[in-house]
Amino acid sequence: MRTILFIIQKEFKQIFRDKSMLRLIFILPILQLLILSNAATFDVKNIRISFIDSDNSISSRVLKDKFNANSYFSVTKELTNPKEGLDFLQKGSTDIVIEIPNQFEKMLQNEKKAELQIQINAIDAATAGVQNVYVSQIVQQVNQDIAVKIYNTTENQIILSRIETIPSFWYNNTLNYKTFMVPGILVLLVTMLTLFLSAMNIVREKELGTLEQINVTPIKKYQFIIGKLFPFWVLGLIILSVGLVISKVVFNVPMLGSILLVYGFTSIYLLLILGFGLYISNHTETQQQAMFIAWFFMVIFILMSGLFTPIESMPKWAQNITLLNPIRYFVEFIRMVLLKGAGLKEVLPNLVVILIFAILINGLAVWSYKKTN
Amino acid sequence: MKRFKGFVKKEFYHIFRDKRSLFILFGMPIAQILLFGFAITNEINNVDIAILDYAKDAESEKIIQKIKASKYFNIENQIDNEKAIESEFKNGKIKAVLLFERDFAKKLENQKKATVQVITDATEPNVANTITNYTQSIIQNYQNQKNTTQEQSVSIVMQTRMLYNAELKSVFNFVPGVMTVILMLVSAMMTSISITREKELGTMEVLLVSPLKPFQVIIGKVFPYVFLSIINAVVIVLMGYFIFGMPIRGSLFLLAFESILFIITALSLGILISTVSNSQQTAMMLSLMGLMLPVIILSGFIFPISSMPLPMQIMSNIIPAKWFIIIVKSIMLKGVGISYIIKETLILTLMTLIFIGLSIKNYKTRLE
Repeated sequence: MRTILFIIQKEFKQIFRDKSMLRLIFILPILQLLILSNAATFDVKNIRISFIDSDNSISSRVLKDKFNANSYFSVTKELTNPKEGLDFLQKGSTDIVIEIPNQFEKMLQNEKKAELQIQINAIDAATAGVQNVYVSQIVQQVNQDIAVKIYNTTENQIILSRIETIPSFWYNNTLNYKTFMVPGILVLLVTMLTLFLSAMNIVREKELGTLEQINVTPIKKYQFIIGKLFPFWVLGLIILSVGLVISKVVFNVPMLGSILLVYGFTSIYLLLILGFGLYISNHTETQQQAMFIAWFFMVIFILMSGLFTPIESMPKWAQNITLLNPIRYFVEFIRMVLLKGAGLKEVLPNLVVILIFAILINGLAVWSYKKTN
Repeated sequence: MKRFKGFVKKEFYHIFRDKRSLFILFGMPIAQILLFGFAITNEINNVDIAILDYAKDAESEKIIQKIKASKYFNIENQIDNEKAIESEFKNGKIKAVLLFERDFAKKLENQKKATVQVITDATEPNVANTITNYTQSIIQNYQNQKNTTQEQSVSIVMQTRMLYNAELKSVFNFVPGVMTVILMLVSAMMTSISITREKELGTMEVLLVSPLKPFQVIIGKVFPYVFLSIINAVVIVLMGYFIFGMPIRGSLFLLAFESILFIITALSLGILISTVSNSQQTAMMLSLMGLMLPVIILSGFIFPISSMPLPMQIMSNIIPAKWFIIIVKSIMLKGVGISYIIKETLILTLMTLIFIGLSIKNYKTRLE
């Protein structure tokens, strides 16, 4: 036990001695949490829309006014011909071009039906899909308005049956993205920091040749590993605490569930990540290799965690892969506990999986760690 | 020059000798493109929802059928009271509940008005919002169908064309993004770590007292990574083209030129990082911890930049990846020529010059 304490002491001293490194360890995650949480939003707004109006009638003006009045759209200057419209789209000066044909109003009056040509930049398919829904919702409203104008009837005379949909958004009724993203980004930052540092730490001793010196001391394998990894475990929990405070104070993230549970889960989760880092450093020779492997897994963990893109939309096989992704469980867990107030009972599956992973990976890492080369 | 050649050769040997790193360097981008190209989509479909039907009449049944028929929703189960919603949400089994009020059909008939509540679990605002939008448009369509029999109604028919991506494949958005993330991080991380490695191991001193000029040392170290990154870029574009059906509508030559420009931008950022860090750990913190999330989040790779708050939109301008993503999408999907992307190209060039300038200023040829 005393040996472990000495190693831990040495490791802490090493971390605290390098002031520029220490600054980075704290500043980078905090800064990123503060800044990036604001940027991570899928809200589709500020949609730029351009009209080519060859009709110039009451009906076409009703249509344009409806878009003008809607806060999701910002109408650009009016274009004169389809060629200009295409050019605008190619330059990226607009997102949607709507072409109103010149018999638009006549067609509506005579045949009760008219066509609108709509072009949407669909490179980002999901955004284009949402934009399309917004456009069609407005066009539906316009239908009704124009009917009133053309037939000179009052609204009461056209009694259409209406099915109203009343949305109600639970747990987050203003659809605030930050409460959704902040806990997730915090999870990423804690994971990245501890994984990168732990993966680099032991391989560094290898690269500099100091590992051999330690190997010939009476220090036991487990003492060395615990001594090496414990400081990062503490560091992870400190960053988590700072992050939670920022979430509460700056972003006003609701914390409905038990904070104790969050700490309990994180403690086990960090063991898993540190074990993984140790495993990486066992199987690499240089810090560069270790970082590259850590980078590879980290990108996969991040993009397949369900934090940015929904897991349900992935194909089945990919959904099965996410079952091996520790970040997925942590993101799910922290959202359930903080935002929905889930208790131990609801998050037990996540906890059990993480615990099993932690035991497996640490077993593997300790087993593959050799004192002799 | 001969000396320099020899040095570059040595650097190549260093990299190619290390089979494992080489395997990682080439294998991993391929694995990532494959995985993400097939798996990642920010479309929302197959959402599990539940129905709470107090009406149980013909109208509600018809709407439920419509919902069932759409690819967006899976009707997971029927629940029979509002209390059950809470526990279903907490388990995370369903994302939304459609609630039909009592006497739905009767109200629609007599009062011409009936309501459906769409209750969503908005912890994921994006999913909640999209579900609400989709349900609304399904129900609206249903309502319009009912109303077309009415005398005094008109209808504007939308002829919508999805430009550049008619089938709405999200892979068209992700391939340029993944390519950028890979090139950016690999180039910046590998160079910064490999240069600081020489510093940390003390071999930099040996190189500095050699007859090679300092800039030759740096270029010699960076050169193999230019080469490797170009190969990576080619592999990614080929995979995008052959596996995911990404079109290359613009000039291949232009695409190659812009990719090389971006690789150089990323490498010079790597050099800059190496001049300000004295250990590989610091270099890693700056290049990996410091760049990874900003490149993923602020570049427009996943989150549309136009939706961000204004300060974030301004901040995204300093991310080189943002400009490269615009360039790649413009060339590959829109098929435009250089005149449409001249601004982006100039910005990347300027950034490269700034990185190189700062590196020269910070570069120390003497020992402390």
